[in-house]
Amino acid sequence: MSEELICITCPLGCHLTVDRNADSSLSVSGNRCPRGVKYANEELLAPKRVVSATAALVGGSELHELGAVARLPVRSTAPYSKQDVPELLAAIYALRVAMPVHRGDVLIKDFKGSGVDVIATRTLLAAT
Amino acid sequence: MNDLNFDSVVIGGGAAGMAAALELDAAGFSCAIVEREETLGGILTQCIHNGFGLIEFNEELSGPEFAEKIEERLAGTGIKSFTRTTVIEMDAGADIKTLYCYSGAYGVIRISARVVVLAMGCRERNRGNIRIPGDRPAGVYTAGLAQRLVNIEGFVPGKDIVIIGSGDIGLIMARRMSWVGCKVHAVVEILPYPSGLTRNIVQCLHDFGIPLYLSHLTTNIIGKDRVEGVEITPIENGAMQHEKAFTIPCDTVLLSVGLVPENELSKMAGVELNPMTNGPVVDSMLMTNVPGIFACGNVLHVHDLVDYVVEESRRAGAHAARWLKGQRAKAEARVKVGSNIRYSAPGRVDLYATNKLYMRTLIVKNDAVLEVKVNNRIVKTIKKNHIQPSEMIALELVPRDLETAIGAPEPVVELSIT
Repeated sequence: MSEELICITCPLGCHLTVDRNADSSLSVSGNRCPRGVKYANEELLAPKRVVSATAALVGGSELHELGAVARLPVRSTAPYSKQDVPELLAAIYALRVAMPVHRGDVLIKDFKGSGVDVIATRTLLAAT
Repeated sequence: MNDLNFDSVVIGGGAAGMAAALELDAAGFSCAIVEREETLGGILTQCIHNGFGLIEFNEELSGPEFAEKIEERLAGTGIKSFTRTTVIEMDAGADIKTLYCYSGAYGVIRISARVVVLAMGCRERNRGNIRIPGDRPAGVYTAGLAQRLVNIEGFVPGKDIVIIGSGDIGLIMARRMSWVGCKVHAVVEILPYPSGLTRNIVQCLHDFGIPLYLSHLTTNIIGKDRVEGVEITPIENGAMQHEKAFTIPCDTVLLSVGLVPENELSKMAGVELNPMTNGPVVDSMLMTNVPGIFACGNVLHVHDLVDYVVEESRRAGAHAARWLKGQRAKAEARVKVGSNIRYSAPGRVDLYATNKLYMRTLIVKNDAVLEVKVNNRIVKTIKKNHIQPSEMIALELVPRDLETAIGAPEPVVELSIT
């Protein structure tokens, strides 16, 4: 059975048709360049996503007034297994980060042995 | 009232304003940035997703990281930043421009400068701008406002979401709302194609099974106190199919229906605006019709990438510094927008310099050709694998391309796409 996929490597957006072979390899057609084959393999065999979210700041409830900075933006340092994104998000939402916090501070190290860290993406020295 | 004098003043402390200020400072001119928010960084501070900085920093960053890395360049310069300071009025005198500002820290300030760089960015189009009929309940937000509430202030504006418009901010918010535990029921787009990037369609909608209704119009927002649903009507062959209308229950509507450059101050100073971009008309030095007032970034025209904003703003700052030193373009040609092009910025090119132009096309096409004519003679053709309205096209014109325009009475450079 064929699967349909849009390659997002470049703006051309080739519509790929992918068939799974008996040896579990993939046959890709519709691509205009080799990157389409690479994309189809990654996307169908081991899809990954960069995760960006926000974490709670200690004292966050006191900061809960209109206009105040109450959340710390964070992201994964590398793409993470797409199907396991919810458990990474749950770990991020469980964080309670104290200020001061600096851009690049590692908040979660090597999540579940994946080699992926979660880092702060903003410097917040004190409550504003 | 506090009276302050600088060589130059930049209105807006986002990526554009900071990049322009850095160039003015590097050229030896004193410079102030006026920013109404608490911090510098502009809209980037709420854009927590990835994808910024591939050109400027050669790595993929989130918005707050990009903003901080630019802001760090201000350290050690003479640039004076006034945050929590709003420009209320701008007087464009023949030599000196005067800004009247309200500042949280200093009260009313009057800032005088020979050069003003406009870098105020954009405002979101709202429900009134696109005239969606129906009730007036709570729960209707612009996507960017919802983004600020969720990503900075820690409020989630609803649970069951419908997004109107398929702009990139709306698509990014579809993923963001899904990741904070909301259910996004649909994205509704009036046009037959999405206005956001394919990458965002795939990663923000397909990943979550969110349906995208193309060629559908929102014909009613229903709800007494709070939004209860939106009525959607399909469009076929340009006509609304009322008998096929349906209602999607939801408690929140997010609007992602375009951005408008924020040019109230520009108008006050007599700056001429281009009706195609709603931004100022600028010459080859990115200067408006008011001598000494320059413009860059999203207040000039809406960019797709902050990396391009920074590149353009650096040019605006450098041109403003040259202008302060008394340098002017020796000869310019007018840029005429030909077939299939919506606009070009700037609207004039310097015949003796290397010019960088950004433009937007009106069409979606593979294997297109961008054609440059000088006084009706083709001087350059560039093949484009793929063009679409949501992707800005960059063009460089060097003196060699423009040499036939020199000496012509009214030189015209015409851009078209076939």
